[in-house]
Amino acid sequence: MNAGRPAQTRLHWWWVAGATLALVAAIIAGVMIGVVDLSPMDVVRSTLDKVPFVDIETGMTTREEAILWQIRMPRVILGVVVGSMLSAAGAAYQGVFRNPLADPYLLGAGAGAGLGATLAIAYASDTADWLVDPLPLAAFVGAIVGVSFAYFVGYTVRSGRTSVTLILAGVSVAAFLTAIQTFIQQRESDTLREVYGWILGSLNTAGWGEVRLAVPYVVVSLAVVFGGRRLLDVLSVGDTDASTLGVRPGRIRLVIVIFATLGTAAVVAVSGLIGFVGIIIPHTVRLLTSASYRVIVPLSILLGGAFLVVADIIARTAVAPAEIPIGVITAIFGAPFFAIILRTSKGVVS
Amino acid sequence: MDRKALIGVVAVAVVVVGFFLFRLVSNNGDEEAMSTTTLGKTTTEPVESTTTSPSETTTTTSGATTTMQPADGGFPVVIDAPNGPVTIEKKPMRIVSISPTSTEVLFAVGAGAQVVAVDDQSNFPANAPVTDLTGFTPNVEAIASYDPDLVLLSFDPGDVIGGLEALGIPVIMHPTAVSVDDAYMQWEQVGAATGNIPGAADLVAETQLSMSSAVETLPEGTDALTFYYELDPTFYSATSSSFIGGLFDLTGMSNIADAADPDGFGFPQLTAEYIIGENPSLIYLADTICCGQTTETVADRPGWSALDAVMNGAVVELNDDVASRWGPRIADLVDDIVVSILDLELVDA
Repeated sequence: MNAGRPAQTRLHWWWVAGATLALVAAIIAGVMIGVVDLSPMDVVRSTLDKVPFVDIETGMTTREEAILWQIRMPRVILGVVVGSMLSAAGAAYQGVFRNPLADPYLLGAGAGAGLGATLAIAYASDTADWLVDPLPLAAFVGAIVGVSFAYFVGYTVRSGRTSVTLILAGVSVAAFLTAIQTFIQQRESDTLREVYGWILGSLNTAGWGEVRLAVPYVVVSLAVVFGGRRLLDVLSVGDTDASTLGVRPGRIRLVIVIFATLGTAAVVAVSGLIGFVGIIIPHTVRLLTSASYRVIVPLSILLGGAFLVVADIIARTAVAPAEIPIGVITAIFGAPFFAIILRTSKGVVS
Repeated sequence: MDRKALIGVVAVAVVVVGFFLFRLVSNNGDEEAMSTTTLGKTTTEPVESTTTSPSETTTTTSGATTTMQPADGGFPVVIDAPNGPVTIEKKPMRIVSISPTSTEVLFAVGAGAQVVAVDDQSNFPANAPVTDLTGFTPNVEAIASYDPDLVLLSFDPGDVIGGLEALGIPVIMHPTAVSVDDAYMQWEQVGAATGNIPGAADLVAETQLSMSSAVETLPEGTDALTFYYELDPTFYSATSSSFIGGLFDLTGMSNIADAADPDGFGFPQLTAEYIIGENPSLIYLADTICCGQTTETVADRPGWSALDAVMNGAVVELNDDVASRWGPRIADLVDDIVVSILDLELVDA
């Protein structure tokens, strides 16, 4: 697992430039492409019109403006936020657990959020008079509770406590929560499609409200993971060696897991369980560039956003005007893409 | 050592949490209760009629699809049900329905007094003998405990039919109707199976008359109107290939979901911006009960306030239950649809 120290730890400017370019291109494509044909010039004019002190006649109807600014734009932005967060959280989890299979849902965040969402869908349907929409809140709380539960179970193990113990605790907690979720879903079968749709993940109902909901948590979470990228490198030598280097692996792990979970919970709350992003993006970066988290974390943030925006373009246009769950796209296109990277790359998955 | 300790801790946690969860979810310890009572629609997933096809039912005269019908209400009778020929020896007096649609049909054809138990989703008519039987995960023993002489259901998870037939209980499965004629065929079979052939014939005739006279009140030009039919707030819709979509087609309006359904699957999920781009003349909400959607929640959705239907007050709140069943209340549903179109014309005028 810790074979070979990362040789290349420098973050070359052209990597950053390339990843940024990919993100910007994805955003532009995301805004330009859609089921409804909006003329690119109108989109540009309408965008400039939003700039302070600029007033341009856009030539768009009210409905076209609504499609651009209230549906497509927040959807693209949310795609960036969700993709960046899941990729960064995936990288962080892989780092603190020194496990290439770790993903943001590893410690029960996904199962907990799924249970929370199922409870909200099944038992809190009439939400017209509610102060807050219970669905994202329940998913958020569920994710946090799931991970806390896993951490608690892992922590109460007395002897030989390692990151593996924690992963095992996470696996058992996730299985347990999923079982409860399935049980409730069976009993409330009329909610089946809604629950199922939520689990596959979607940005279809995204608006600025969802963006506002997720962004504060994601910003804090990304800042912590980004700030901890050197510590992730230190952890990659193993707990014992890391201790001799003067860091406390258990504490670092706890802090990074807390913040990665916070961000993951926030994006899961607004977009459901979009799978695969947290695994393939960090690994793709690792294979193409370097095994150092000083490289992996920032590039994963940029490319994760780009990847999810592109996946979402496919989700909403491939069988237009019908929608494909985005989780299906991330797996269908992500898996072969990742396999190609794996085959052609000289990099080491460590 | 550590693994043992871990397993021990997890086991304790599982027991504790499981206990509380069971307390939370179970119906006051009533272990028979397999489902808490919920309001909500029955399944609106397409239930393909994979059994013997009832598609040849072009006529709606009573008894057209039954065979060996001795006389009015005479028994034994063999029903050519979608799940195969079903022989009923004598007039059933202990009917169990675990399909909300079948429950409505039973009462509408005049067999209500013969019904001893219906499932927990059968919330209409109000005097139906609701039990905690569930149609989603039916239990053969639970059904058999009512000592039924006829069971009706709409789908067959885990071969319930086989289990009941092994106990000598005749079972008729009436899956989601594929067309209005298919629904009429089912109603007539219910009439024949329960000794209520005239009642079923009347029901079909009344429904036909009601729907055709409602549609006749529509003005010219409804084909210029478009509509969006919403199954849930994530924009699942029903196309003309579905039963409910077929009812809407009677009005001549075009369904914006049809473009998303080239294969005739019936229930696509639409992309949000497509709905806004299509700007449907009318929006029908069949997610008012399941998902609490109203004209207000629709108007509050991002971008939706720009829609003509929202501005014209042409967002129609339907009853999920009526809209998801293929029972006698389809006549009321068509009435509601027609009224909504007439209201819209008044707004335009």
